[in-house]
Amino acid sequence: MSDTELQDAALQVDTEKGNFSYPEDYAYDAGTGLSKETIDYISKVKGEDEWIHAFRMKALEIFRKKPMPTNWATKDLENIDFDNIRYYLSKGQQPSRTWEEVPDDVKETFERLGIPEQERKFLAGVEAQFDSEAAYSRMKEDLEKEGVIFVGSSEGLEKYPEIFRPYFGKVIPSSDNKFAALNSATFSGGSFIYVPKGVKLKQPLQAYFRINAENFGQFERTLIIADEGAEITYMEGCTAPKFETATLHSAVVELVALKNAKIQYITVQNWSNNVFNLVTKRGMADEGAEVKWIDCNIGSRLTMKYPGVVLKGRGARGEVLSIALANEGQHQDTGAKMMHLADDTSSNIISKSISIGHGRSTYRGQVHMPKHLRNCRNNTECDALLINTNSRTDTYPAITTRGENNTVQHEASVSKVSAEQIFYMMQRGLSEGEAMSLAVNGFVNDLMKAFPMEYSVELKRLIDMEMEGSVG
Amino acid sequence: MDTLLEKPKAAHPANEPEWLAHRRTEGRKNFDSLPEPSPKDDRWRFASTGRLQTNGYASAAAPTNVVLARLIERSDLVGDTAGRLVYADDTLAQFQEIDPELSAQGVIYLPVLEAIARHPELMEKYFLQEGTELGSEKYFGLHASQVIAGAVLYIPKGVRVEKPFVNYYWSSAADAALFPHTLIIAEDNAEAALVDCYLSETEENKALAVGVSNIHAGSGANVFRKVVQNWNESCTSFQLDTTVAGRDAQVKNLAVNIGSERARFENQARIEGPGADVKMYSLTVAERHQEFDQRTFQIHNAGNAVSDLLYKNALLDRSRTIFSGLIKVAEGAQQTDAYQTNRNLLLDPAAEANALPGLEILANDVKCSHGATTGNVDEDALFYMMSRGVPRRTAMQLMVYGFFEEVIEKVESEELAENLRTIIHNKFQAKIY
Repeated sequence: MSDTELQDAALQVDTEKGNFSYPEDYAYDAGTGLSKETIDYISKVKGEDEWIHAFRMKALEIFRKKPMPTNWATKDLENIDFDNIRYYLSKGQQPSRTWEEVPDDVKETFERLGIPEQERKFLAGVEAQFDSEAAYSRMKEDLEKEGVIFVGSSEGLEKYPEIFRPYFGKVIPSSDNKFAALNSATFSGGSFIYVPKGVKLKQPLQAYFRINAENFGQFERTLIIADEGAEITYMEGCTAPKFETATLHSAVVELVALKNAKIQYITVQNWSNNVFNLVTKRGMADEGAEVKWIDCNIGSRLTMKYPGVVLKGRGARGEVLSIALANEGQHQDTGAKMMHLADDTSSNIISKSISIGHGRSTYRGQVHMPKHLRNCRNNTECDALLINTNSRTDTYPAITTRGENNTVQHEASVSKVSAEQIFYMMQRGLSEGEAMSLAVNGFVNDLMKAFPMEYSVELKRLIDMEMEGSVG
Repeated sequence: MDTLLEKPKAAHPANEPEWLAHRRTEGRKNFDSLPEPSPKDDRWRFASTGRLQTNGYASAAAPTNVVLARLIERSDLVGDTAGRLVYADDTLAQFQEIDPELSAQGVIYLPVLEAIARHPELMEKYFLQEGTELGSEKYFGLHASQVIAGAVLYIPKGVRVEKPFVNYYWSSAADAALFPHTLIIAEDNAEAALVDCYLSETEENKALAVGVSNIHAGSGANVFRKVVQNWNESCTSFQLDTTVAGRDAQVKNLAVNIGSERARFENQARIEGPGADVKMYSLTVAERHQEFDQRTFQIHNAGNAVSDLLYKNALLDRSRTIFSGLIKVAEGAQQTDAYQTNRNLLLDPAAEANALPGLEILANDVKCSHGATTGNVDEDALFYMMSRGVPRRTAMQLMVYGFFEEVIEKVESEELAENLRTIIHNKFQAKIY
């Protein structure tokens, strides 16, 4: 197949998945645009305490003051029209406890996303978000008995302020960046989780997110606190229907791993190709704690997401495993940040990206050992695979090292699927598309193993679907 | 207050050609209008721009004959040369012309002002025409408006010159501003090597040096430029180097950076012809409060070409280094091989190494990689040597010199390599324990 044909084919990727939506019928709608009134409205509808309202207002100020980060980031950001976005909508429903209580059309949407099945299989609790509010939330009884709290953001701040308030907005302050400020001003939905001392969750917790209103920004807020010695794995997966105009998704996810705790956060991001996905994710790891981000970006028009770990306590560990797939018209601008603030801390970043057609994938990384630290380790590997002749990949790491007996290594490579590989497989009866798909899956295979089995199966299927269009 | 132009050196000849006067005015305009470097500009990320001070310097008067004679005497890094220029505070101290035999073949090797007077067409085509895109446009402008010292080397088609051309630039007076310039034009299949040495008369005389070097390598040309930057540690220096490589050209850049309180080094290689092979090597030894700010750019506009970069930094005391490199492979530049390696050796806990190794790849059939590592001396290796009776300090020195050797051995001149080892060892000896 010639290059031009390949490119043409790349244009015809499956954009239909998740491409369905239902008539909009929103009980609460804050209208379009962002003003103090919008914030007042959100706070009022949610019946929030005054301190949360003040927090939102302050964040709005910061959001207005901060410039767009276009001095280093893509100019595509300028296409976001903040006045043409709905910042809050809600069915007005309270988070439901049983499946039967969930409204029918919402249920139908979830049905198509396969949530009940997932639940039957292995889920401990489901916190599925339909637009802004949690529509369905349930936890297994044994978890509740152990004292695990798994609620939406509003419920968390209202019912358990003594647990969540001390950490809320502390790992990622509103002033961190423009979009963190936007989220802090307008957040609704998301998950607040607290795992008590020594409780080790054997099964992962999971939430599905979905955008279902045109021009509607989704600003969920997640805060996970693992108390001393606790362990938790959290998974989020996204799909969204396709719309005519761009949609904005700007989440903030804060993780707090206290002494010897372990948090693993898994994301499969598959927004439709018109979503701006601008997410701030950061974890704080105390002494001996471990924070691990497993991040997979397949959808969206532009994703900017650099999960970070602040290694605050001695012996803390941080890890980011990332897979990005940039198809025609997509820009996956992903990466990782590792802040070493204590001795004997170690971090590991493995990033693999695949660019198809005119797709562009970017790795931005920061590894920081700014002080007189000892025995810190960082290892970074970035591999990029370019499928078509005009695919694009960039790598922009920034590494600062000081101190004694610290070791930092960064390696990046760029490659394509070799003609020999494809020829070999085709000679043995595979079609070109199958061969390409196999080669690409091989490229990400070692990272896929890091995902729970159900996810890696789903991921493999997603990659197959994306690759189907690009060759053969 | 800016004193840079208040005492312009009388040497700007009044009868300079119009094109040059224009380029000088434009340069001055850029210097005046472009903003001061700011850490918000990604091209200056991590640099302590607050410490960057270009005010308070002025062109110095010509040094006395005694000083000139002494500096000529001390210009001894390379013995056997094809031609040699010695400048002190931008005043021409010595010019050793090339053999008449080479002249007859069309080789030109001249001080920059003489080259402008005698070969205006050549100079109009190449002089001050290639700047870097790495952030110092402002200082390139300053250089353009001020430059009067420098060497121009032109090698016609097919001519090969075995011996190196060697240029020495000395700073002597206090608060002197220097603008050394090197222009190398190698026509198709020409071959030449050149050494630029930047030196200070004393350990104290503070100076500002803004140097520019441009290499134009034609088809199949072979150029090797070596730089020894050993200004004293009161100096602020800029070295803005570019290379343009044509089809099958082979260009090697090698820099040994030892001096300056604050040194900005920009090195940009633009590959315009298939088959080109560009190498960029650098070795930096940083101590005390020195800051070395290195920005590199490997631009592959043509396919089937190779570029390879190796920057090694050893850091002592509270010194800082910044390595920021970018490989850019343009759309359609298939079969590119581009590599970039940065190695930082931290010898003191307070030293800080920053690495920003970047890639921008717009073609798929390429081999590109970059690697950056930062670490201390390998304790296991030290232990191994000590267990065999080598004292710790000696073992440490061996390890550090071994780290340097990878770059020094590429100098391809035993004499210069040995002289460089001596300079580095002198700086280092007392510091390793």
